[in-house]
Amino acid sequence: MSAALHTPSRAAVPFDPAAVRAQCPILATTVHGKPLVYLDNAATAQKPLAVLDAERDYYTTANANVHRGVHFLSEEATRRYEAARGAVRRFVHAAGDDEIVFVRGTTEAVNLVAHSFVGPRLTPGDEIVITHLEHHSNIVPWQLLCERTGAVLRVAPIDDRGDVDAAVLERLLASPRARFLAMAHVSNALGTILPVAAFTALAHAHGIPVLVDGAQAAPHLPVDVQALGCDFYAFSGHKVFGPTGIGALYARREHLEAMIPWQGGGDMIASVTFEKTTWNRVPYKFEAGTPNIAGAIGLAAALDWLSAQDLAQVAAYEHDLLAYGTAALSAVPGLRLVGTAVAKASVLSFTLAGVHPHDVGTILDGEGIAIRTGHHCAQPVMDRFGIPATARASLALYNLRTDLDALVAGLARVRALFPA
Amino acid sequence: MSDLRDLYQELILDHGRQPRNFRAIEGASGDADGYNPLCGDKVHVYVKTDGEIVTDVSFTGDGCAISKASASLMTQAVKGRTTTETERLFASFHALVTGQGDSTEAAGGKLDVFAGVVEFPARVKCASLAWHTLRAALAGRGAAVTTE
Repeated sequence: MSAALHTPSRAAVPFDPAAVRAQCPILATTVHGKPLVYLDNAATAQKPLAVLDAERDYYTTANANVHRGVHFLSEEATRRYEAARGAVRRFVHAAGDDEIVFVRGTTEAVNLVAHSFVGPRLTPGDEIVITHLEHHSNIVPWQLLCERTGAVLRVAPIDDRGDVDAAVLERLLASPRARFLAMAHVSNALGTILPVAAFTALAHAHGIPVLVDGAQAAPHLPVDVQALGCDFYAFSGHKVFGPTGIGALYARREHLEAMIPWQGGGDMIASVTFEKTTWNRVPYKFEAGTPNIAGAIGLAAALDWLSAQDLAQVAAYEHDLLAYGTAALSAVPGLRLVGTAVAKASVLSFTLAGVHPHDVGTILDGEGIAIRTGHHCAQPVMDRFGIPATARASLALYNLRTDLDALVAGLARVRALFPA
Repeated sequence: MSDLRDLYQELILDHGRQPRNFRAIEGASGDADGYNPLCGDKVHVYVKTDGEIVTDVSFTGDGCAISKASASLMTQAVKGRTTTETERLFASFHALVTGQGDSTEAAGGKLDVFAGVVEFPARVKCASLAWHTLRAALAGRGAAVTTE
């Protein structure tokens, strides 16, 4: 996959990470008296002023309910909400706005697809295929669905670097009972970039529809659902510099048309009588109740903010930053990187000999450095590597080499308290 | 933030590195699993009782320095006490790490090294996991204890 997949950037100015950083106010704050070093971007990304301003502007000049009133504010709120749908469509390169469903986040998107698309197609003994590196949110909805339908979960293994075993995946997809493939675009615990276009083609060769969990990919990789060929693509707003509580599901129009509703309520109906209710057209059929209007507008602001950068340069910069961090951490005595796939994005997951990740995290926090420690909602990945947890630094486009230098210095502090 | 040395006191680092009574007990009168789903820490606590007296207590498992040191110091503090005293000790320890008490005198004050935990709310569960698991082992509850 190449950054060239993105539509040409509107900005001709060279990418400047320091300038981007300056647009995120929280990154200039201090923690425990130390300048914040934010390396927990895979958990959630920080927000640029453009996002905060968009939400504030919405609430101060346009707040009303959408798709309802005839008054000025309702029309303005509806206009901005639907414009946000357009921004998402441009970001993922969908064919039409009606292929974008606003959801709370990736988790809800996966649950929606499990309930409304996959569930009705299953009979006992059918198989749902996932990979070993999935986040719990791309495991548990399928387990629940299996319980409900008698279907079976099949898991493609990963190797010691954190790459999915393509040969086994191909065998699983060749099973006559395989009905669906759900996989991450980028692993949150390991950073592995999956060859989703190739895997999608494999699945489609067997007539199997595909969902891609793009939560960790959207902030780092170009997303072109038409080039990937996937049937569904899900991502969360908050990981891509937008607000929490909003995300989007891309789904091919013919799938949305065929799917049963997700939740019942207002806005998702065309007409209601006690005898018979008919559904609204797509995508509204899947957006019951008053949506997160401000969140959608904030998300659109985030996507526009990101897309205003020269994304090819951003990709090159992040690649260089990850390589720099990989080299710097590899030089730390006793440090073992977990997840060493050739194609990686953002994530530096590691263990430090003799020190539990929780202790690493607490000591780094004392230095103002925010990382994630634990199982990263990917316990099967931890089990695969025989460890209970890792420490994880994860990068975004506003991180600098100095952040990684601070991390390495912080790890020296850890070692001072916990001598080898 | 208070100094990290308040949290990582020498005694804690020592017991975290070389936990005492870190073994299983053959023919234990009770045992239980403790699990902290937030961090994946697992502890298994074994107790041997003679009437009211806790004659032996031990643990196995993996966790951070705080959780291992807490389990280790707990086994030392509890061994030889009655189950009622153990319960009282748990109460004072719990009060200490949650900021509702300031001493664990009943244990000779040795557990007071955990007073620093109160400044690190995310770590309270690390310090208390072994204790919750011990209570389950004493109560003969087979089900696993979790911090959630």
